[in-house]
Amino acid sequence: MTAQQIIFLIVALYTLGSALMVVTTRNLVHAALWLVSTLFGVAVAYALLNANFIAVVQVVVYIGAIAILFIFAVMLTRKDMRDAGPQMNSNWWAGALVAVLVFGGLTSLLSGWSGFQNTAAALPSGFDAISLLGESLTSPEAFVLPFEVASVLLLAALVGAVYVAFNKK
Amino acid sequence: MSFWNDPLKVAADWLEGVFAGWGMDAILAHVLVAFLGVFLLITILMVLDIFLVWIERKVVARFQDRLGPNRLGPFGLIQPFADIIKLIIKEDTTPGGADKVVYNLAPVLSMMSVLILWAVVPIAPVMLGTDLNVGVLFLIAAGAIGTLSIIMAGWSSNNKFAMIGGFRQVAVMVSFEVPMLAMLMIPVIFAGSMNMNAIIDAQNVWYFFISPLGAVIFLIAAIAELGRAPFDLAEGESELVSGFNIEYSGMKFGMFYAGELLHAFTFGGFWAILFFGGYRFFGLEQVSPFLAILILVIKAMLGYWVIMWVRYTMMRIRIDQMLGFNWKFLTPLAFALLLVTALMNALLAGASTWLYVFGMFLANVVTGWIALEIARSATRKERASVEGPKPVEAHH
Amino acid sequence: MVPLSWYLIFAAALFSIGLFGVLVRRNAIAILLGVELMLNAVNINLVAFWRYGEALAMTGQVFAVIVFAVAAAEVSVGLALVISVYRRRNTVVADELDMLKW
Repeated sequence: MTAQQIIFLIVALYTLGSALMVVTTRNLVHAALWLVSTLFGVAVAYALLNANFIAVVQVVVYIGAIAILFIFAVMLTRKDMRDAGPQMNSNWWAGALVAVLVFGGLTSLLSGWSGFQNTAAALPSGFDAISLLGESLTSPEAFVLPFEVASVLLLAALVGAVYVAFNKK
Repeated sequence: MSFWNDPLKVAADWLEGVFAGWGMDAILAHVLVAFLGVFLLITILMVLDIFLVWIERKVVARFQDRLGPNRLGPFGLIQPFADIIKLIIKEDTTPGGADKVVYNLAPVLSMMSVLILWAVVPIAPVMLGTDLNVGVLFLIAAGAIGTLSIIMAGWSSNNKFAMIGGFRQVAVMVSFEVPMLAMLMIPVIFAGSMNMNAIIDAQNVWYFFISPLGAVIFLIAAIAELGRAPFDLAEGESELVSGFNIEYSGMKFGMFYAGELLHAFTFGGFWAILFFGGYRFFGLEQVSPFLAILILVIKAMLGYWVIMWVRYTMMRIRIDQMLGFNWKFLTPLAFALLLVTALMNALLAGASTWLYVFGMFLANVVTGWIALEIARSATRKERASVEGPKPVEAHH
Repeated sequence: MVPLSWYLIFAAALFSIGLFGVLVRRNAIAILLGVELMLNAVNINLVAFWRYGEALAMTGQVFAVIVFAVAAAEVSVGLALVISVYRRRNTVVADELDMLKW
């Protein structure tokens, strides 16, 4: 067990534990805070994969914006400060069964792939992920079109969200 | 590599040698030395925080034409220690019905979000917590954790005023992150890298002279992020019974208060690093790392003084005025400035240094002047529609 | 050396937990929380394939950035819808939102 493997195991167990708390805890604000902890664990996983720009963007976008949006939405859609009623469906065993089957199916499907046990190649020295990412996102031979379409999508979502949630008095 | 040239590496190597001599294996010794380094940095920052309390009270007193604390110790230097003792012996209440875990975690997260910023601050050419190549974005990421801690504090206090104060503060912080992010991109455009050390190395001319409007907008957005006046609607003592802080007493309140002061000093430091050359001062920083630390601390103190100056001079702005100011004026101006900067950077790419500096400075001044003229005409129209047409005066 | 299989299994487990949350929770916002977990699992997969495959071609990271943008857009519109529904029907429990206008 190398140090890297131990660190990955700790991070993975922490993230999966937080994710389980997200979907099982009764108090919705606690669920949103457990989501923050899960997102943080995922950011650490990105850092372990040497994708540090993606890790920092994960913290800024997900924790700094999306998780806060969730907390606001939870606080704005409740009549009092407590959560009433059961928080799981009556068919929760069926949902659990489907989740376990999906997990089993995914792992068995992937383990049949030849590259399943690959190890990571060492990154070339002087590897500047940020400038390469910038070039891929803005170069016409690479991915400038999906980038521009994503920005139009964000504009549409911005206008739509403001219009839908607008309180016409 | 003597102690005076590279103190941290010499100390770390010596300590690792000591631990290896005791029989620890290399990786564990390395991790332990790293932990000790973090512990040392946090201790120094917290001690600095105590003196920031003293500085704040003395400076506000001088701005208000009085003396400030001068009874305890020479020049009132013992006063912060008296404050700490008072906060520690105060009763540590938890409001009934509060969410205990979240309530107790909020001040810890608030302090953590400030201390974690110092991991990317280069205090000397060879002394740096971690040399991230996305150091500039790390600033925003730590701000995100601070935002989270405020909303946790506001909600878990089980108090409507705390919740409203927390919501308002978070709305302001999230809104002003947008122009701050745009202005953080301006030193990145000039230096060509998001690495803090690279930005400092590239500042042969301080970026304040190349992009003054960028520095000013960054300062305004930073003051709003800090939650200080004129943007302190959430925690001003006369507004909303001090906002998300209401139910916190004793050392938990002390952590919020001290964290806010340290946050202000940290942003003074970032303003110095991004726009005033950081630890560089005409080559003095190459002499010794301790001199570089001194230069950075002086510049950070000057930045902190500017932030205090703004606080004790300007009136508080209402929440709707704050958000309107951000979304209708500051964000369009920030993005326009970013576009103009990128355009001028591409146009003046091969020019000599003085032409570059002059061209950028001119572009900044023109952009700022146009923005102010647009704002002025909009204000004139609004005032005319509210007041009605002015009566024509009879001339004799 | 962490083999690729560990990251893929981790992402599959996170995806299944998110799927469980979507299928089982009653509150509409809790369902959106499950969707967020699934999107994060997908992102981990993409970045892992970038790292363990051809690291010089930034395709995996570009995909991950686009997924960030799409997730942010989807969460904002979804939560706006939930808030709007709460204003009309005064409930966010998914079981009770089963009829269109009557």
